[in-house]
Amino acid sequence: MNPQKPLPQATPETQEYWDGLQRGELRIQRCRSCNRHYFYPRPFCPHPGCHSRDVEWTTVSGKGKLHSYVIAHRAHPAFAAPYVIAVVALDEGPKMMTNILIDDPRPETLPADAPVEIVYETVNEKVTLPKFRLV
Amino acid sequence: MPDSRALRRKVAIVGAAETDTVGYLPNHSTLQLHAESAFNALADAGLTLDDVDGIATAGVSPAQLTEYLGIMPRYLDGTSVGGCSFLIHVSHAVAAIAAGYADVVLVTHGESGRSRVGVGGFGGGASTPGGQFEAPFGVFGPPSMFSVPIVHYMKRYGLTEEQLAAVSVSTRQWASMNPRALMRDPITIADVLNSRLIAWPLHLLNCCLVTDGGGALVLVSEERAKDFPKPPVWILGRGESVQHTNISQMWDYSEWTAAAKITGPEAFRMADLDHSAIDHLMLYDAFSHTPIYGLEALGFVGAGEAGPWFEEMRGAPGGALPVNTNGGGLSYTHTGMYGMFAIQEAVRQLRGEAAAQINDVETSLVHGPGGWFSATSTLILGNQ
Repeated sequence: MNPQKPLPQATPETQEYWDGLQRGELRIQRCRSCNRHYFYPRPFCPHPGCHSRDVEWTTVSGKGKLHSYVIAHRAHPAFAAPYVIAVVALDEGPKMMTNILIDDPRPETLPADAPVEIVYETVNEKVTLPKFRLV
Repeated sequence: MPDSRALRRKVAIVGAAETDTVGYLPNHSTLQLHAESAFNALADAGLTLDDVDGIATAGVSPAQLTEYLGIMPRYLDGTSVGGCSFLIHVSHAVAAIAAGYADVVLVTHGESGRSRVGVGGFGGGASTPGGQFEAPFGVFGPPSMFSVPIVHYMKRYGLTEEQLAAVSVSTRQWASMNPRALMRDPITIADVLNSRLIAWPLHLLNCCLVTDGGGALVLVSEERAKDFPKPPVWILGRGESVQHTNISQMWDYSEWTAAAKITGPEAFRMADLDHSAIDHLMLYDAFSHTPIYGLEALGFVGAGEAGPWFEEMRGAPGGALPVNTNGGGLSYTHTGMYGMFAIQEAVRQLRGEAAAQINDVETSLVHGPGGWFSATSTLILGNQ
């Protein structure tokens, strides 16, 4: 029996994010007080020195840079090693965890700060995951 | 003798509020209930989250709460013993505020007891932030979470895999002098780089052991401290903080911000010591990079200088500032929550009874993380 990959379960304040991915849109929030985007979703700005509750949903580009990563060789039971667990920095500022879709991942082919773009990976009728690939 | 009466009328509650409504709230996650209560209580006090420098909560961890709120306090209390936890948080906060550990302590409760929205234990639950924003990407234990910042740091400062390996080599040299250490055979940089890949850039020998064990401490007041067989080891300084629980939410991958901005400065200020007065370091080494981040954040070297420092074996036997003299989590033992063993070695060094005893040690600094740079604590201990 193959172990199942862990899947997210949306909460009220994150539903719009998951719904957006299902439509092929990257929806994240922006603070109307300090004009900065943030991630993950919550009904107030988490930036120190702001913490405003005047926030809105925006659709962003899905483009960013490979901020940091590991090449996992000791794999989660539902994943095939090696695979890339990455944090990308979106062009709009926020950072998010993802996988980089790449065959034969090696440090030489994954330079830090390389440009990346989103790939919408539909899992089922409720879940689409934001994966990224090198541009 | 210390007397709790000394704290009488020293601390007051100045803000108090509940969520906007209570009852059936299926549109609120557990963390949302914490946040709404927090905003309301702070508004009641005429304060904002930026005024808060102490946090206490139960049910969710202080790490989950601070990450969600976007704060990095200098006092935390995660005592989680059921319904009376919040009474205990208030009790602790009285002492903490009286001691100067925090000026404004925020105690929060939020529980989706009926709707069960966003409910999860430590690191668990598909609807928690970790369950939604990290678990789907195959993170699998500390090696694939604690390690995520390293590549960013390598790009920024030029840290090499050889320098990462040098931390393991240096630590093994200490372990070879400690008969209780699990791993005592000397290793080379090449041995580290040739060991099995776990999560590049980490190889097996960059990762701590997984062992069984335990430790305990007994603390008494100054007045009683002279009445014991062993000489006292004084707590000269302390600092604590917490900022995130998911590694993707760490503020800055190029530094250990909570240690640099909060726990180190607080511990040094309380101890009234500067770096030159520290004779011995215990830098919790879950992985090779943890002491690198720690050495820099505490200000013993500048940003980006810790890799070369370890490569020059300055923390090894014969080096200028001995680091992890028991052999560390990398080679001595690591049960999962290693911090107790780091304190134990500092006490042994300060008593003069360590296996790899260093000369003329009067002060020791013990520093480490909880989670993956999530919580942070620093202690400065001394024997004078």
